[in-house]
Amino acid sequence: MSNKLLSVKNLEKYFHDKTSETKALDNITFDLYEQEFISIVGPSGCGKSTILSILSYLEDPSNGEFKYSKDITIGYMLQDDSLFEWRTILDNCLIGLEINNNLNKETKAYVINLLKTYGLGDFINKYPSSLSGGMRQRVALIRTLAINPDILLLDEPMSKLDYQSRLAISDDIYKIIKKEGKTAIMVTHDISEAISMSDKVIVISKRPGKIKNIYNINLSDKSTPINNRKSKDFNKYFDKIWRDLDVHL
Amino acid sequence: MYTYSKEHKLYLKRIKKEKRIVILFQVLIIISFLVLWQILSDKNIINSFLSSSPTKVFNTIIDLFKDGSLFKHINVTLYEVIFSFIVSSIIGLIISTILWLKPIISRIIDPYLTVLNSLPKVALGPLIIIWVGASTNSIIFMSLLISTFITIINIYTSFLNTNSSYITLLKSLKANKRQIFFKVILPNNYYNIINALKINISMNLIGVIMGELLVSKKGLGYLIMYGSQTFNINLVLTSVVILSIISYLLYFIITKLEKNQEKRLL
Repeated sequence: MSNKLLSVKNLEKYFHDKTSETKALDNITFDLYEQEFISIVGPSGCGKSTILSILSYLEDPSNGEFKYSKDITIGYMLQDDSLFEWRTILDNCLIGLEINNNLNKETKAYVINLLKTYGLGDFINKYPSSLSGGMRQRVALIRTLAINPDILLLDEPMSKLDYQSRLAISDDIYKIIKKEGKTAIMVTHDISEAISMSDKVIVISKRPGKIKNIYNINLSDKSTPINNRKSKDFNKYFDKIWRDLDVHL
Repeated sequence: MYTYSKEHKLYLKRIKKEKRIVILFQVLIIISFLVLWQILSDKNIINSFLSSSPTKVFNTIIDLFKDGSLFKHINVTLYEVIFSFIVSSIIGLIISTILWLKPIISRIIDPYLTVLNSLPKVALGPLIIIWVGASTNSIIFMSLLISTFITIINIYTSFLNTNSSYITLLKSLKANKRQIFFKVILPNNYYNIINALKINISMNLIGVIMGELLVSKKGLGYLIMYGSQTFNINLVLTSVVILSIISYLLYFIITKLEKNQEKRLL
């Protein structure tokens, strides 16, 4: 593997309310290398999204530390596409550049080019209400890529879509991320999605979220996410992770 | 130019038809009301001295127009309404913004805001006259008292209800509070602010008329007061009719703002 981009060490997080204190994360430790795609899976409420909030500086850890190897730009993609209904698709994608005062002819051309490359050229001046759920999610990804981030943090980016769109969009997102040579951490509760897209899968236990296992995904005939699901090694990983999650209703 | 399918043409036709029905009945209601009012008073079924009639109202308007006092009174009232509308809208926006920036202030003043808003301001009428003087100032003061608090509450509440993932998104981009305010809070709440302004304009109309009833020498509220003291019911009802037209027009102007924005978005 290439250069280490991020190291996370013994991360802990407590949540407080008036009557109690809840431990949400316990002893989270892992490394992330350049161009790697890591998924974090775990039951709902295990604190997996909190890891991303901490890594994107939205929340502070209670204990432990994390360090990026250089001064990096983070692209955070939320569960909700959060497209501004009052802005055109292009203006939505330019929001990050506006905020960081980086909007100029070149960066704008870069974003327009991204939109055109990924099939949204005809919608540049349309408003989000005219797009389907899957396309909105694609716009949200391009908005995230617009600031040219070194690392993408994806918080269940497909969870609001129907199954077919999910499959298609996860293929899309995977291809876009690989083509742009980005590093990514994705949080999901979907085991198949995690195995089919990632180089590494981190399994988190129920609250307080601890790392149960980390799997290096080595599919013998690795290709795109949809094809990866057909790989003979796929089920092997699925069974292991399923057992780790220890789901009881 | 598109050529629409037959089904689409029918659909457009139906929309047009419904719109025509709505307008037709709106016109029908006002006409039958006026006709009924006229007939009842002509036939002396209702006392025309006490309840006037459309023709009498119309003649009163003409008379007021001829002696030049019609627009004098309308202008005075309009000036007071628009002035206090602008002032209370600006105060409302500024204070809501401050409360949004500093939630702790909002928690501190919350009970005071609630009391000030629900207190019947007419009760303060005599005091206002003593403090501010029997002049236009106390009318505007009364109007501001009635309209400002509700405007603050409405705008601030809409700020609070802004989609939180919009804010998380901007925070993840390291936006500061000023950027969050201008890029999300304000544009996201455009319609809510327009709605708050719609309520604000009617509050100002109420406040101004109430103020004019208490102290004025000009304005539609004064005409109503003067009319009732001299038992000139024609004058009272005429003023009420003019007031209804004004309130509709003011409302119409603000709705127009809203429609323009909608057109831009389509």
